Amino acid sequence: MNRLFKVITIGVFIMTASTFYAAENNSHSTEDQDTKKDEAWDPVPVVMDHIKDAHDWHFFDYKDEHGHDHPVSISLPVILYTDGNLDVFMSSEFEHGHAEVSKGNRTYKLEHGKIIETNGLSVLDFSITKNVAAMFISVILLFILLRATAKAYRKNNGVPRGLQAFLEPLILFVKDDIIKQNIGKKYTKFLPFLMTVFFFILINNLLGLIPGSANVTGNIAVTFVLSFITFVITTISGNKNYWGHIFRPPGVPVVLLPIMIPIEFLGIFTKPFALMIRLFANISAGHIIILSLISLIFIAQDALGNGGAWGVAPVSVLFVLFISLIEILVAFLQAYIFTLLSAVFIGMAVVEEH
Amino acid sequence: MELSELNFGFAAIGAGLAAIGAGVGIGMIGGKALEAMARQPEHSGMIQTNMFITAALVEGVALFGVVVALLQG
Repeated sequence: MNRLFKVITIGVFIMTASTFYAAENNSHSTEDQDTKKDEAWDPVPVVMDHIKDAHDWHFFDYKDEHGHDHPVSISLPVILYTDGNLDVFMSSEFEHGHAEVSKGNRTYKLEHGKIIETNGLSVLDFSITKNVAAMFISVILLFILLRATAKAYRKNNGVPRGLQAFLEPLILFVKDDIIKQNIGKKYTKFLPFLMTVFFFILINNLLGLIPGSANVTGNIAVTFVLSFITFVITTISGNKNYWGHIFRPPGVPVVLLPIMIPIEFLGIFTKPFALMIRLFANISAGHIIILSLISLIFIAQDALGNGGAWGVAPVSVLFVLFISLIEILVAFLQAYIFTLLSAVFIGMAVVEEH
Repeated sequence: MELSELNFGFAAIGAGLAAIGAGVGIGMIGGKALEAMARQPEHSGMIQTNMFITAALVEGVALFGVVVALLQG
């Protein structure tokens, strides 16, 4: 085993060091300078395309013999409501942004991933986009897994085995250590929501790490909705103690009240806002890091030629593996933190008189 | 060259400063947690849990800065 490690380490070192000797000079020849001047590969559009939502599920492009790019993707339904008319069609009619689609007196165009109507009418976009399809998949997966666990729990055959042994401690951990501890006696009212939020965020975080999947929890609209629901629940279930703590903080000298009350009032909004930003930024940043490390290979191909790309590849892939392991930890941690803080906020709203 | 075209990469500097903030903050949390675990090994589990929670909160603040830098640059 030690010898194997030594061989692998030396092999990686040799491949990486040889990038500097294998650099080709194809970008310096004067005859190619005009055509190659703007062909330096820019990673930003590629990274952004993987982070953002889209109307089709794009996997990769392949070049045919003429050098044209052919995209390989699954088209998803486009559902638009314009000016009293409901238009439903497949996104393949857009031909990856090259064609305009006319339905009746409305003509739609795909611009930078957004659908706009050429005559300037306002469009309500209810399409099944990549994120919506991914959410359907993760919800169905979650339903199957949790129902199997519930059925196994109901049968009660003794020591749990298999899926039940994996999920039941997690469910009990969420119930006891997160929800019951922070909300107190009335926890059963909020248990379904918080349990759902935990598993929804967890499974979407984990599925987002698979190459070719959609970036659901890294979409600020999704995290906005989750934190908005938490905000609505805390505001509706706020009892007298909650509002009393905000507008009449106990134990505060009267001189400080003009400062404390606006701060507490703003705190009602900043706490869910921080929930939203925390989840969005953590997951999106993780995906951007992984994509940028893979892009290093192609940037090395531009700068150092094919030899350079082959040399950078092992290092880049090792880094990506390392970051992906950290991202699995982050997936659990962010689901835990979101649920914990939501439970704490709800607990503060229903706190009883000491 | 107009003033709006001058782009010195301030967004990258901002993101770097946010990363310094996160590094210092989480480093201090980790250090204190390790000290506490060394003093009382029997409470390691609880200390570790609280360390993760505090680290996630500090990282949330640092990521505010990263998000603004991403929007800018």
